[in-house]
Amino acid sequence: MIVQALAFYAFAAVAIASGVMVISARNPVHSVLFLILAFFSAAGLFVLLGAEFLAMILVIVYVGAVAVLFLFVVMMLDINFVELRQGFLQYLPVGALVGLILLAELILMFGAWVVAPGAPQAAVAPTPSTLSNTAALGTLLYTHYVYAFQTAGAVLLVAMIGAIVLTHRTRPDSRRQRIARQVARRREDTLEIVKVRPGEGA
Amino acid sequence: MAELWRSYGLPTTITVAEIVAIIVPLLLAVAYLTYAERKVLAAAQLRKGPNVVGPFGLFQPLADGLKLLMKETVIPSGANRVVFIAAPIITFMLSLVAWAVIPFDAGVVLANINVGILYLFAISSLGVYGIIMAGWSSNSRYAFLGGLRSAAQMVSYEVSIGFVIVSVLLIVGSLNLSDIVEAQKTVWFALPLFPMFIVFFISGLAETNRSPFDLPEGESELVAGFFVEYSSMTFALFYLGEYANMILMSAMTSILFLGGWLAPFNIQPFTGVLAHLWAAAWFFAKMAFVLFCFLWMRATMPRFRYDQLMRLGWKVFLPLSLFWLAATAAFLVFTGKLGA
Amino acid sequence: MDSLLREYLPILIFIGVAFGLSVVIVLASFILVRQRPDSEKLSPYECGFPPFSDARAKFDVRFYLVSLLFIIFDLEVAFLFPWAVALGKIGVFGFWSMMVFLGVLTVGFIYEWKTGALEWE
Repeated sequence: MIVQALAFYAFAAVAIASGVMVISARNPVHSVLFLILAFFSAAGLFVLLGAEFLAMILVIVYVGAVAVLFLFVVMMLDINFVELRQGFLQYLPVGALVGLILLAELILMFGAWVVAPGAPQAAVAPTPSTLSNTAALGTLLYTHYVYAFQTAGAVLLVAMIGAIVLTHRTRPDSRRQRIARQVARRREDTLEIVKVRPGEGA
Repeated sequence: MAELWRSYGLPTTITVAEIVAIIVPLLLAVAYLTYAERKVLAAAQLRKGPNVVGPFGLFQPLADGLKLLMKETVIPSGANRVVFIAAPIITFMLSLVAWAVIPFDAGVVLANINVGILYLFAISSLGVYGIIMAGWSSNSRYAFLGGLRSAAQMVSYEVSIGFVIVSVLLIVGSLNLSDIVEAQKTVWFALPLFPMFIVFFISGLAETNRSPFDLPEGESELVAGFFVEYSSMTFALFYLGEYANMILMSAMTSILFLGGWLAPFNIQPFTGVLAHLWAAAWFFAKMAFVLFCFLWMRATMPRFRYDQLMRLGWKVFLPLSLFWLAATAAFLVFTGKLGA
Repeated sequence: MDSLLREYLPILIFIGVAFGLSVVIVLASFILVRQRPDSEKLSPYECGFPPFSDARAKFDVRFYLVSLLFIIFDLEVAFLFPWAVALGKIGVFGFWSMMVFLGVLTVGFIYEWKTGALEWE
């Protein structure tokens, strides 16, 4: 039990510390790397909660895919961050205002938070040992929450189309391989054998 | 004090001993995989291969390792030092920690977690980091381009690997690696899922940046790809990591498709400790076979062009594996063959 | 619950051991071998002349597109895992539920194919 507590505090401390580093690191690449560390600690916390499936999915999706994109963007976009920081003071009032509004909203929301009757009892009920939490998720997600699930599919579709519309450019000057044309090419179309007698060629 | 030792110290010591018992043979296997690779390539090209250092050249990998150890570690002047050093460490670490969940026999596994296959999938999806970090931090054009190519390539084939894994899971109904092996008692999944087996094997080649998909390090154009600037032990870590990943991929192939530790026709001539060894021997034999196929591919196939590689990943493997996945699911549901 | 965590402890220790080992390996060559850097040795690898500019240049937007599409398909795979495990319990309805989901994404995939987002040359 003590190991569990120690692990919890270690993961939580690392998560918070790397969260702070994400916004305070000077180099944006370092920020992303700290973000990855924060994701890992969150995955560790999920494991401590017994949510092993979520922990793995967090690593696969966020660290393995989303953070790769972030890293691509900050590594390769070559943004001059010193220049970006110059306007810091200028935008400070607006930023502070947005922050305040968000904080007020959060306070309002948590103030109105009501714990569903019966939830605390359900939370302490032991997980049935015969059912892994992956299977438990699976039995609910595709039947009971089918609408949410299909909405997720639609969101992914929108994301896919959006990504293509925003980033895809067709380049007219590029020469791509057309396999059908290569295969359809016949000897007669391209090659002509001419008999040239010596002394008669022009 | 004695209480503390019994409840924490002793289990930890045992675990560390088990970890060492996995890592040391693994590193030996990596060393001799490089030797095997050179011997197989030599045989394919009618050469002799390493044969000077020790009997049959058997000490060659050790000599190579010693030579690398005695070199100077060069950190290029424009490099980002921390990231530059961290990249090989991450690559090597990831190739090792994946072995925590690999079962060698029924019950012979360090961490028998419920989501073993997801853990492996997660670890392999992290492999990109070592490469991007190395490519970016070196501050060299070659390294940068190599890292970029490699990242896009690994990411592209990861999707089909995911679909293939899911189609195996459909039959098994569990994410636990030991359960996956046990489910193949009647028939190894390589037979009913043969196309998926092939897709997995080829994607595995692409995922480990092996020939014919080794263009991230295509020496004729990019010198050595993302690790041009690395020398000495930092280079050695990349090298070890790459080969350890090959061995890991072969272990995954044998667990998912070739019945892991199961002997064909359930032959079981031994009992006790020998039975464990017998099972593990079958597992290793299957891994050796898959590894031989990796080397064989390298000896036989010319390198892909980048557009061909992307086309194969996105336009062939992805639709094929998705279709086969849906077909498997439909077959299982409508014939009522689902075990769960 | 507790037994679940007990299975994860070896992984944590394994990560520690692997990290320690790789750090030791890197440090070994620093300690054993005399380091004599000079400016030529530390210059980036190029064909004979120093590079003209920083190596971290902008690159083709298609690499971003690949990683964006990868995120989407990775999420799709993430949704498939619990489905594959629970298909025996959720039966025909679960099967069709997933087929609709995959169908929607296949539409996206066909769109991708048709616009040529998957083309490389």
